[in-house]
Amino acid sequence: MRLNKIFKNTLLVLAACLVLSACATKKEVATDIQGQMQGDVYTGTDTVEYLAEGVPDRVFFATNESILTTASRETLRAQAAWLRKNPNINVVLEGHADERGTREYNLALGERRANAAKDYLMTYGISSDRITVLSYGKERPVDSGSNPLAWSKNRRSVTVKAN
Amino acid sequence: MLKKILTLLLILIPINANALIEVDITRGNLNPLPLAVSPLSIDEESRKGFEKILKKENIGAEISNIVENNLRTSGLFNPLDKKAFLQAPDIANLKPRFEDWNLIKAQALITGKVNYVDDKLRVEFRLWDVLAAKEMMALAFTTVPNNWRRVGHIISDKVYERLTGEKGYFDTRIIYVSEEGPKTQRIKKLAIMDQDGANNKFLTLGNELVLTPRFNPASQMVTYLSYFKNMPRVYLLDIETGTQEVVGDFPGMTFAPRFSPDGKKIIMSFAKDGKSDIYTMDLENRIVEKITNHPSIDTSPSYSPDGKYITFNSDRSGYQQIYVMKNDGTDVKRISFGNGLYGTPVWSPRGDLIAFTKLHKGKFYIGVMRTDGSGERLLTENYYQEAPSWSPNGRVLIFYRETKTNSKGEGFSAKLWSIDLTGYNERQIKTPTDASDPSWSSLLSN
Repeated sequence: MRLNKIFKNTLLVLAACLVLSACATKKEVATDIQGQMQGDVYTGTDTVEYLAEGVPDRVFFATNESILTTASRETLRAQAAWLRKNPNINVVLEGHADERGTREYNLALGERRANAAKDYLMTYGISSDRITVLSYGKERPVDSGSNPLAWSKNRRSVTVKAN
Repeated sequence: MLKKILTLLLILIPINANALIEVDITRGNLNPLPLAVSPLSIDEESRKGFEKILKKENIGAEISNIVENNLRTSGLFNPLDKKAFLQAPDIANLKPRFEDWNLIKAQALITGKVNYVDDKLRVEFRLWDVLAAKEMMALAFTTVPNNWRRVGHIISDKVYERLTGEKGYFDTRIIYVSEEGPKTQRIKKLAIMDQDGANNKFLTLGNELVLTPRFNPASQMVTYLSYFKNMPRVYLLDIETGTQEVVGDFPGMTFAPRFSPDGKKIIMSFAKDGKSDIYTMDLENRIVEKITNHPSIDTSPSYSPDGKYITFNSDRSGYQQIYVMKNDGTDVKRISFGNGLYGTPVWSPRGDLIAFTKLHKGKFYIGVMRTDGSGERLLTENYYQEAPSWSPNGRVLIFYRETKTNSKGEGFSAKLWSIDLTGYNERQIKTPTDASDPSWSSLLSN
């Protein structure tokens, strides 16, 4: 286990399609921020994609937090039900932070957020074998804006099909 | 490669005279010392020889331009306009007419000579105290012609050291992350350049996301985070050979790596189950040790220069703060108590200060505090900036700064900046692309 793998000049590796969620449709920036945020948690649907009908792919967080909101729990219960119905599907939980934090802390925060989602899926009967956690910190925002609404969309954990 | 470059002969010519000029390094650039950098003189035969090899019309003038630029950017010196110089470079190097240099208000004068000898570049230079009419220092170097830029940096370091009493930081390199493309899909590559931005070179191709490169003390190895195969792990890269390896065999993300001051260990965070703890791995025997054990996020570790202590970032109090502990993880003490959040602590190579990023009321600051947390001083405020890295003499910090985008999400940029410990002399360091996560090497010619 201590043996290190040596990759000699492995840099010439295929470009990986890192983020599946980046193709989210972008609408005009909403004028009614109130309607899209509760506290500073995003409640809109602009960036949300669906794993199946009625199964949103992502949950959102407050600044510096990894606590799941009531809406997030509802989303994750729908994901858990869908995963139980599709036992051959595995998922990657991609945790993200907004740009208003230091890079290294944000990597840890993204990991903590994705794990909050993972823990919840597990309490609804999804085996940890089927879940991989991957943090992107602040590296892959969906909204490039420098405003509270954009940041709220970026503080997220996105469930992505792994196979 | 660096070792080869370091085959640089340094011949000391006797030094006489006591320094009468002194530059107070702690005061910033309020009153930079006026000095004259006379172009290094060169005979016609040598000039032609170097023109052929280096494609530079006058290598003597090029080297003195490097010296002039270094001294100016330090903020401590004010190199005077060459047009005002009265004495020819070759004569000045033999015996300056001090009245002439005094007339243009130069307090110090640098002269020198370049020769092409046996396919080598031979440079000699002298530093003169104009007011005292005395030679302060004389040195000569012989090296391969391709090293001409480094000769300029070494001369700058010698002059800086003679006039300030502290080691310079010009013969150094910066490793950083080059950034391109839209903010939502940045392409990031490791890049390396000389401290003044010259000789920029990319070390990775941008196929995978790379972050936070840091030099080892010998500046030949780099540890960094790579998302190779979508698995964020700490890697070790040999700059010369391009060989890379994963550091350790962790079942999850490792990040925030740095070398220990003796270069034998890598210290980093490992994230698992929503918790991040600090670990070290010995590079010789591959033994992994867990240093912190707490359900919080513990990250951004940095050793004290004697290796006995570690400063790190933790949110165990509820929010990001800076802590110091012994190198075995015991005796953990919180040291940041001001308003706001604190991150990215880095121990100064002098040992006396810790530089950090602070987030308070929507602004980001780069600051320093003593190692017990007292004497907090904020050096610069901006919309977004973070990740300070120390110059090897502990006098300058390099960091990166990002701009706010407009309402359409446009106008994003990331650039490298430096600032003196005094809080003066803030400068952008030009890079061919956007840039972030800079790390300063040690002095290469030490």
